[in-house]
Parts: sequence; C-alpha cells; structure tokens
Amino acid sequence: MIGLRDLLKPHRILLILLFLAFVVWCALSLRWDWLPQYAPLALEGLWRTIWLLVVTTILGFLLAIPLGLAQAVGPWYLSTPARVFCTVIRGTPLLLQIWLLYYGLGSLFPQFPAIRQSELWPYLRQAWPYAVLALTLSYAGYEGEVMRGAFSGVGKGQLEAAKAYGMRPFAVFRRIWLPQAIRNVLPTLGGETILQLKATPLVATITVIDIYAVSSRVRADTLIVYEPLLLLALVYLVIAGIIAFIFRRIEKQVPSAIQRR
Amino acid sequence: MSDLLNMLGLAQSAELLSLSPPGWGGNLLRGLLNSLQIAFGAFGMGLVIGLFGAYGKLYGGPILRDLLAVYTTVIRAVPELVLILILYYLGSDLINKVSEAMGYGRVEISGVVAGIWVLGVVQGAYSIEVLRGAIQAVPPGQIEAARAFGMPPFMLMRRVTIPAMMSFATPGLANLWLIATKDTALLAIVGFSELTLETRQAAASTRAYFTFFLAAGALYLIVTLFSQVIFGRIERWARRGQPSLRGGTR
Repeated sequence: MIGLRDLLKPHRILLILLFLAFVVWCALSLRWDWLPQYAPLALEGLWRTIWLLVVTTILGFLLAIPLGLAQAVGPWYLSTPARVFCTVIRGTPLLLQIWLLYYGLGSLFPQFPAIRQSELWPYLRQAWPYAVLALTLSYAGYEGEVMRGAFSGVGKGQLEAAKAYGMRPFAVFRRIWLPQAIRNVLPTLGGETILQLKATPLVATITVIDIYAVSSRVRADTLIVYEPLLLLALVYLVIAGIIAFIFRRIEKQVPSAIQRR
Repeated sequence: MSDLLNMLGLAQSAELLSLSPPGWGGNLLRGLLNSLQIAFGAFGMGLVIGLFGAYGKLYGGPILRDLLAVYTTVIRAVPELVLILILYYLGSDLINKVSEAMGYGRVEISGVVAGIWVLGVVQGAYSIEVLRGAIQAVPPGQIEAARAFGMPPFMLMRRVTIPAMMSFATPGLANLWLIATKDTALLAIVGFSELTLETRQAAASTRAYFTFFLAAGALYLIVTLFSQVIFGRIERWARRGQPSLRGGTR
C-alpha cells in the first residue's frame, strides 16, 4: 500500500488535484439527472452482480478441488477427463460457452415433456441458472489448473508424516493437504476472483439484469453514452479493490510458508 | 463418408456446416479469419504499448511512472466488455471530431480497425506488466556491460535487453495471445461480425444451436492448441543456450 508520505510528493499532489478537477468537471458538466430514477434498479443489478460473483466463485472452487486432485494424483481415467475439461474451458471464449448453454440447452429442454412437467421447469425457463452454470464451470476450469499445481506443490514429507500419525486419507486431505495447497495459491486465487468479477457482465447478453445490463438500459432509454459507462467502470473498480483488500487480509492472517526451499 | 455420417445421425449437421451457401461453414471460417486478424493486430499493438510502457515504468520519471501505474491498474480491474464500449465510443467520437474539424464530415470506422484499437489498448496494460517483469529478470550485469561498451540506448535494447528477456517473456506473452484470441469474441457485442457473432446468427436462423456453437468452440480450441505448439517452439528457441530449468530446484 502507498503510505501518506508517498502520497504527498509534489507531483502526486498535482496529479491528485488534476484528477479531482476531472471528477468535479464530470459531476458538473455531464448529465446525471437520470441517476435518481434508475438508482433502485442499479442497486438491484449491483446486488445480482455480487450474488453471481460469490455463488459462482464458491461453487466453482468446490468443483476445482476434485479437478485439481484428479489431475495431480488421479489415475489416468480420472486425470484425462479433468485435463480435457480444463483445456476446453480455457481454450474457448466464455461468451461462447454462455450462449451454448443458454441457447443450446434452452432449445433442447422444451422438447422433453418430462422436463416440462418437472418441478424444475419454472427455473429452467429463466436465464440465471444458465448464467450460474456457465460461470461456475468457467471458474472451475481455470481454478482446476491452479489447484493441480497447488496440490502437487505440497511437500511429500508432510503427507507422509500425517500418514505416520495414523490419520485416515480424508483426514490427511482435510487437515494437511488442502489447507497448505490453498495457502500456496492465495495470491493467484485473488487474481482469479477479480477475473471472475470481470466475466460477470457477459451474463447480460442472456437477459440477466446485472449492473452492466442496467447501464445498457440507461444508455438505450436516455441516449446518454458516457456517464453510465464511466459510473459502471467506477463500480467495477471499487468491487475489484474490495476483493483485493479482502484477499490481502486473508493472506496476512495465514502464516507465511514455512521454510519452503 | 456420407454413409458414416448418416449412421451417426450427423448428416444434417454436416450439411449445415458445409462450406457452400446452403451450409454456414463459409461464414464461420470468414468469422474466424476476422477474429484472427483482430487478435494479431491487437496483440501487436499491445506489444508496442507494452515495450514502451515497460521502459517507461522502469526508467521513466515519477509522473510517467504514476500515469502508467494508473493505466495498468484501471484497465486490469474493469471488465473488458465495459472498456470495449467506452473505447469504442471514445475512439469513434474523437475521430469524427477531428475529421469534422478538418472539414471532412463523419467517417465510418471499419470494424477491424475499431476492434484492434479497443483490444490493443486492453492488451497493452497486460503486456506492460509481462515485459516489465521480463526486463527486470535480465541480469543487470549484462545491461551494465553493454553500457560500458558505449552502446546507445536503442542499440542496447535491440541487441541485449530484448534477446535476453525473450525467454522470460514468452510464457506470459503466449498467455496474452490466447487471451487476445478469446477476447475477440467480446466484439460480438458491439456488432462486429467475428466468429462468435457469425455463429450466433447461423444458429439463430437454423435453430441448430448445438451444432454451430460446438463447431465454433472446436475452431477456437484448434487455434488455442495450435498456438500452444507454436509458442512452445518459440520458447525453446528463446531459451537456446540457457541451462534447462528442469532438474534444478524441483
């Protein structure tokens, strides 16, 4: 972090003043009269963006653990599908994946009467389950690759020691292997979560109303171009800053790696 | 061949994907070509920005360094989709203002140029970080030795810094290239007919969503896998003469 002393260097003061002047100019000479009217919708969209981010990150991470484990130590019939899954997810654009799931599955499901009559149908007709599924799979694909490195990076001696203490395989995994793997990749995890945040606006293309969709709506309704986009960029900057801050706090709390070579 | 397709129930898909007009394969390939063109351009523009930016960040004055820090931070924290829209409108507005001031009237900007400009600015921010790390990894003694020989800065960059940093930069640059190819899909949202948008149009008009989206996915995947092979070669070439990293620490 930049301390106060660094911030008070003459050229930085000048830059900050210029920036403030820019902000004041934005506030005074650009049009913001649409803001009160769209504020409730924007808050709703903001909430949906954050909800999507949190849910898909957690679900994706839970899926990434078996993916990473299968690639790191699994037998070939587990590691090959896991590797193929990660390669396919990482090798194709997320937008394409979202459209494949939404339009593809969305056009396939109504053909089966069993699905149409099931309890799930009211959900399957909406867009958000497809958004959650696509974002979860994408995060799992990228994170599975990261976790592969993390699992194989934990020292062999540690696992052998745990085994020697008589821990069962699952206890070894829960107490020794997983915590150390996660600790090793915490910085990467923070970066990946910010990437996930940057992926969320894509769901607006399948009619999920997130904060990006709200800004598009404002642009379409009022024909104002820059103001909603600038505000939107600011919102994402703030969220990304918060994510970085949270991960830095977590990193500080876990003890740093003990004498790794 | 056709018997085999019939047996698998894929005859219809093959017909839809055929290259001649009733099929949409030609459109997909044209879209792929557009995507690759933009990815090349944006990657190149990103490299140029990255090289100058990295030098600016390492050797520039305090103001330049702060401005570059703001550029890389903001670009990397805001979704590409939002940046693409902002830069797209900003670019076309600026060009129209300039051309109107010069008395030409409004200009229609070609999709390829707009796409390269938009993605190039985004790629530049990532390139700066990759190249800065690579330049820093060059042993300082080599650069000092070149200076001691009296090389002017540009020759030093061409003869010493760039060849020496290549091996450190290639993995990061390979990643950036893959991101560039996938980010071209986002241009579908501003209506540029690259692979993803062509696919969607084909799928929407034939209702064969799975066929087309899977085909497009396969095309992207082929590009990715092919690029990995190429970059693997480049990396081996850049690393020539250096001790292998394997068998060292791990």
